[in-house]
Amino acid sequence: MGLNRRDFFKFVTAAGAAIAGSNDSAHAWQSRAPSDPIGCLVDLTRCIGCRKCEEACNRVNALPPPDRGFEDLTLLDKKRRPDERTYTVVNRHVSGEIDARDQLVPTFVKLQCMHCQDPACASACIVGALTKKENGTVHYDVTKCIGCRYCMVACPFEIPAYEYHDPITPRVMKCTFCYERVQSENKLPGCAEICPVEAITFGRRNDLIEIARQRIKKNPGRYIDHIYGEKEVGGTSWMYLTGVPFEKVGFNALPETPMPRLAESIQHSLFSYLWSPIVLFGMLGGIMWASKDKGDRADNGKEGGGQ
Amino acid sequence: MTHHAAPIEAKFWTPGVVVLAVLMAAGAAAIAARFIGGIGYVSNLTTARPWGLWIGVDVASGVALAAGGFTTAFLAHIIGRHYYEAVVRPALLTAVLGYTFVVLGLLVDIGRSWAIWKPLLYWNPTSVLFEVAMCVMLYLNVLYLEFLPIVVERFKGRVNLPGPLAVLNGPVDGLLKLADTILPRIMWIFIIAGVVLSCMHQSSLGSLMLIAPTKLHPLWYTPMLPLLFLVSAIAVGYPMVVFEATLATTSLKLDGEMKILTPLTRITIFLLGLYLALKVGDMVVRGTYVYLLDFTAQTNAFIIEVLFGVIVPWLMLLSPQLRRSRQALFIACTMIVGGVLINRINVFVVGYRPPISEANYFPAIGEVLVTVGLIAALMFVYRFIVTYLPVLNKPEQEVSV
Repeated sequence: MGLNRRDFFKFVTAAGAAIAGSNDSAHAWQSRAPSDPIGCLVDLTRCIGCRKCEEACNRVNALPPPDRGFEDLTLLDKKRRPDERTYTVVNRHVSGEIDARDQLVPTFVKLQCMHCQDPACASACIVGALTKKENGTVHYDVTKCIGCRYCMVACPFEIPAYEYHDPITPRVMKCTFCYERVQSENKLPGCAEICPVEAITFGRRNDLIEIARQRIKKNPGRYIDHIYGEKEVGGTSWMYLTGVPFEKVGFNALPETPMPRLAESIQHSLFSYLWSPIVLFGMLGGIMWASKDKGDRADNGKEGGGQ
Repeated sequence: MTHHAAPIEAKFWTPGVVVLAVLMAAGAAAIAARFIGGIGYVSNLTTARPWGLWIGVDVASGVALAAGGFTTAFLAHIIGRHYYEAVVRPALLTAVLGYTFVVLGLLVDIGRSWAIWKPLLYWNPTSVLFEVAMCVMLYLNVLYLEFLPIVVERFKGRVNLPGPLAVLNGPVDGLLKLADTILPRIMWIFIIAGVVLSCMHQSSLGSLMLIAPTKLHPLWYTPMLPLLFLVSAIAVGYPMVVFEATLATTSLKLDGEMKILTPLTRITIFLLGLYLALKVGDMVVRGTYVYLLDFTAQTNAFIIEVLFGVIVPWLMLLSPQLRRSRQALFIACTMIVGGVLINRINVFVVGYRPPISEANYFPAIGEVLVTVGLIAALMFVYRFIVTYLPVLNKPEQEVSV
C-alpha cells in the first residue's frame, strides 16, 4: 500500500460519503407492481355463504377431498382459515346488524390469497420462488422452494399454508388465482366462474375499482365507503366491498405502505454495489496495516501468533 | 507472546460427557421423527406461526452467540491487541461449531433440506434472508479456513492414518505443509472478510422482521432493528468468551485466565452501554414505553430482557471489584449471554403475534429435544476437539503482558 494512514482514511471517508449520498437520491424505493393486473372484487353484501366457490376451487386445483362435504353449511359455525388442503374458505360473521324481523344478519366473507401488488412474500422469498406475474398473479414455483417459510412470516394476511406433514417434499399452499386457466385457457378463476350470485367479479383491477366506486355511489346506504384492498399494503388484486364495517367481519386495518418497502430500502441503501462491505473491508485493512507495528504480516495473520 | 495452546490431557468420557451423549441420542430420535413424519409431526408450527424455537434459538441465537469469533479476531488480529491472543482460539472454535450447528438446525427446520443449496442458483436480491444465507455460507467457509492452521499445527509432520490409509500419509502431510506455507500469507484477507461478513449478516438478521410490521410487537419492531442486532452481537462477543472460557477452564481444571478476561470485559461496558442507550433511546423516541406496564406476556418478556439481560449485568461490570471476581464476572456475563438469547427469542417468537388468527405457539417436546440435542452435540464436539487439538491454553502457563 502506497498510501499513508491519513490519506487512506481521507479516501475512505470521501468514497463512503460519495456512495452513500448518491444512493439516497438515485435509488429511492419504487414499486414493481404491474400496471394493469387482473383482480377480483368480492361484494360481501351479495355473498350468501353457499360454499360453491370452495367446491369449485377444490375441483379445478385438484386439491384433496375435504373431510366434510361442501354442502355441509354447519362448517360456517366455526371460523376457518385457508390451509394446506384448502385455498379458499368462506366464514360467517355476525356484526350485530338485524333485519326487519329482528333476525341477526350474517355477513359471509371469502378468504384467499389477496395477490398483493407489492407482495411481501415475493420480496421475502429467499430464492424468488414466489413472484408477482405481469398479469397480477402471485405465483409459486415449487421447483425453487427450499421450505424456509419466510413467505409465511412476511404475509400480512396470514395466507400461505405449509404441508407440515410431508417429511421430504412439502409445498407452500395458497390460492393460485387459477393461473393456468386464466392465462392459457382464457377462463375465469374457478370460484368467480361458479358464484351463483355474482358476489365475485373478475376483471382488470383498474376497472374493478371503478365498478366498486359506482356501486358505492349508486347505493350509499348499502355500502361502507371503503374498498378494502384498493390501498391496503399498497393495493391488492383481490378487493372487497361490505355493508358492515370491515373490522367487524374479520378484516384488520393495514398500512397503505407496501410491506417490502422498509426492508428493501434499508437493504438497498446499505448493500447496492456492495459498497458498504467494500468500504468496511478497506477500512479494516487500513486499520490492520496501521496497527501492525510489531512483527510482519504473516505473523500477525497466523492464528495464535505463531509461538 | 508466551501463551501456548495445547491439546488437554484429560479423560474424554467423564460423567458430563455421558450426559451430553444421552441428550444427543434423544435429539437424534426427534430428528429422525421429523424426517419420517414431517415437521408437523414433531413441532407445533402452524400457518400463522411458521417460525418457532428452531429459528429463535438454533439459528438466530446461534449466530448471535457465535459473535465471539469475529469480535476476538478484530481485537487480536486487526487492531493488534495480541495480549488477548489466548482467547482467540477458543472463541474461534465456538464460532466454527456455532455456525456449523446453525446450518444443521436449518437443515432440520427448512421443509426441503435437500434443496438448501438452491439459493446459490436462484438469487432474490430483494430478500433479506437471501443476503443472510449468502453471508452465513461464506462466513462458515472463512471460519473453517481460520481454524485450519490449528489442525495443521497439530498434525504437520505427524500424519499417521490407520490401516491401508497409511499410503496417504505422505500426500496428506504434503497438503498440510502447503497449507502451512500459504495460509499465513493470505490469512489477513479471511480475518477481515470474517468481520465484514459478520457485520453484514448479524445486522440483517434483525432486518428479517422488518417485513412484518403488523406482526412484531412495537416494543421490538423498529427500523433500528438491524443496528440493535449488530450492536448486541458485538456486545455479547466478549461476555460469550468469558462464559465459555469459565465453563471450559472450570470443568477441565485449567487456568482461569482472569488476567485476560477482566480487561476484556472492560470493553464490554462501553459496547453494552451503547446497546442499552440505543435500545432505551429507540423506545423513548418511538414512545413505545407506553406498553411497558401492559403486563402481558410480551411486555413482561421485554422487561426481563432489558432489565436482567442488559441493565443489571451492565451495572455489575461497572464495578472493577466484581470484574476481578471470577464468580461475579461469570454471573454478569451469563446474564448478558442470556439477555441476547432472550432478545432473539423475543423478536422471532414471543414478540411475534399474527393479528388476524392471533395464533399462539409453544414449542412441542419434539422441538425442544432437537434444540437440546443440537446444543449437547455442539458441546460434545467442542470437548472432543479441545481434547485432541491445540485450542485451550496449557495449565500452569504464565500469561505475561
